[in-house]
Amino acid sequence: MDLENQRRVKEFADEFGPENVVVVVGASEGEAAGLAAETVEAGDPTFAGPLTGVQLGLACYHICEPQMKEEVDADVYEDQVGMMEMVLDVDDIVEEMTSIRDEFCKYCG
Amino acid sequence: MGILAGKKIVVIGDRDGVPGEAISACVETAGGEVVFSSTECFV
Amino acid sequence: MKSVIKGTGYVLVHTPDMVLENGSTQTTEKVVNPESEYLKAIPSHLRSWDKVVSYWPNQVYIGNKTPLELKEVEEPWYDKDCEGADRYGKFGQIMPEDEFYLLMQVCDVFDLIDLEKGFVAGAKEAFAANKVIGDDLVALVKEGVEEADIKNAVENEHAMPLVYEGKLVGCVKRAHEIDVNLDAHTMLENLVSKASSVLALLTVVESAGIAKEDVQYVIDCCEEACGDVNQRGGGNFAKAAAEIAGLVNATGSDARGFCAGPSHALIEAAALVQAGAFDCVVVTAGGCTAKLGMNGKSHVEKEMPILEDVLGGFAVVLTKNDGENPEINLDYLGRHTVGTGSAPQAVMQSLVGDPVAAAGLKFTDIDLYSPEMQNPDITKPAGAGDVPASNYKMIAALAVKNGDLEKADIPAFAEKHGIMGFAPTQGHIPSGVPSIGFLRDELLAGNINRAMIIGKGSLFLGRLTNLFDGVSFMIQKNSGEGEAAAGGASEDEVRGMVAKAMREFAQSMLDAAE
Repeated sequence: MDLENQRRVKEFADEFGPENVVVVVGASEGEAAGLAAETVEAGDPTFAGPLTGVQLGLACYHICEPQMKEEVDADVYEDQVGMMEMVLDVDDIVEEMTSIRDEFCKYCG
Repeated sequence: MGILAGKKIVVIGDRDGVPGEAISACVETAGGEVVFSSTECFV
Repeated sequence: MKSVIKGTGYVLVHTPDMVLENGSTQTTEKVVNPESEYLKAIPSHLRSWDKVVSYWPNQVYIGNKTPLELKEVEEPWYDKDCEGADRYGKFGQIMPEDEFYLLMQVCDVFDLIDLEKGFVAGAKEAFAANKVIGDDLVALVKEGVEEADIKNAVENEHAMPLVYEGKLVGCVKRAHEIDVNLDAHTMLENLVSKASSVLALLTVVESAGIAKEDVQYVIDCCEEACGDVNQRGGGNFAKAAAEIAGLVNATGSDARGFCAGPSHALIEAAALVQAGAFDCVVVTAGGCTAKLGMNGKSHVEKEMPILEDVLGGFAVVLTKNDGENPEINLDYLGRHTVGTGSAPQAVMQSLVGDPVAAAGLKFTDIDLYSPEMQNPDITKPAGAGDVPASNYKMIAALAVKNGDLEKADIPAFAEKHGIMGFAPTQGHIPSGVPSIGFLRDELLAGNINRAMIIGKGSLFLGRLTNLFDGVSFMIQKNSGEGEAAAGGASEDEVRGMVAKAMREFAQSMLDAAE
């Protein structure tokens, strides 16, 4: 994840409390989505950014996961994400995100 | 209780997946407050 | 009258040492994690010259193979050699790093680049033998300096090192002591961009079969900025490169738009020709050092070679309609506007759906689409997917919504109307334009009737706006509208003759009535 984005995530977790922050990603593949989730839950796996060694455990979802789709207004979702739902490998994304959350998320309900 | 409602939302979109602004538009309808939205680019 | 695509030039520069010295992923790592395993692993993951030349996507880029042939090669491609590979191709060439350092020095008119004497002596012959380098440029190669002078400049005077095969062979000095816009880092990036653009210009003049004197205007569409503290992006890469390339009758300017830059520039160039402002316009761009090894961490982690080891460059010549070459159609442009938004379907609708509808066509009437042509060998292991393939799926999904296609036919549509990605991830370089050479050949051969070039740009990276951007245009088989101008009477002249005959006829009737 971009170093500046990591810095912002860390600041928001400090400011609002990690239990009040949710990260929503839009990565194009399961692996990249999983890397982003791992970064904000278990720390930067590439050891490059401000989240290196910081286990925030934030709740993190991909916008194409069913939990997100369920909560978002259906028309808006269709307009904004509908086509990408057809294009992306949603099953792969769900699998990656679920496994990262199961292992590292401290604030996932 | 929902995941997004009443929460501070950080959006990390992807230029070749779903961009930040599109995600923001979605999560706002679920009662989340977007505090930061950006879009990453790997190409 | 529509402009035509007279020729294209595509060049790559193999720069393995610049991956380590100048790629932003590596320079960042040196700051935050100087002892990292990644940095240590890089040298053993860099490809040899032979491997780079025989790499399938590179052979497609310079025109020795077609994207259609690439489609038949099983992925991944990095572990397969292309038979009969050559550093020179129909569209251009691959230049090795030592020749390129000499070209950079030739492009440096402010004595900022010093090269070591022995290095110059060793590389000069090959430089002079390069197919597009003329005696005028060879004459500009300086003898070189002592190694100690280069070391001193790098260690004590903020110069950026130029490294060849792991050894310090030169440096780029700063052009100002305080102004960051002229520091050594910026000057190196700008001189690299300029030199690779010059190489593309020299290539395209030859491949289009025009004289250097014919070029009247050059538009540069790279993603660098040149200027000083008082005008940071003043420009003008276009004219600076045109000068070295010997385009004595050309003026020019720079067009910018992140990765969408080339598409914007081509539309502008076509408009200039169609309007009659200039008869011959060249769109050009050089490569980008910062993006070298951008996804290197992923490649090393997956025990692959670092595939982002080449700079890219391209140039396209547009001229008045010659009745033969493929035309750029400005009647139905795709444009991502301020109001379009960033939802992927809105973006694709604006760039593909709207112009297709405006032209009264179906999605399937566009024979081939050329969106972002990033090489999937590079992007897939980095988790960015197959970018062109996703674009085809998006276009197909829109076609389904439009009723032009059945949902079950989405994969077949992508297969039939898509072009395999083969361009290096050099930002603006892969954006729509790499296919123009291939598409020009296909249009000339009559294999296809029309294609669409789609450029997209991530404006939000500049932190001035959250907007996305993009423009698209169609290229098509020559309609013959230029033939009249070249041979017989033009449409306007015919109209004038008919009007004159009608007036004379009316007058004769009046005369008879009197």
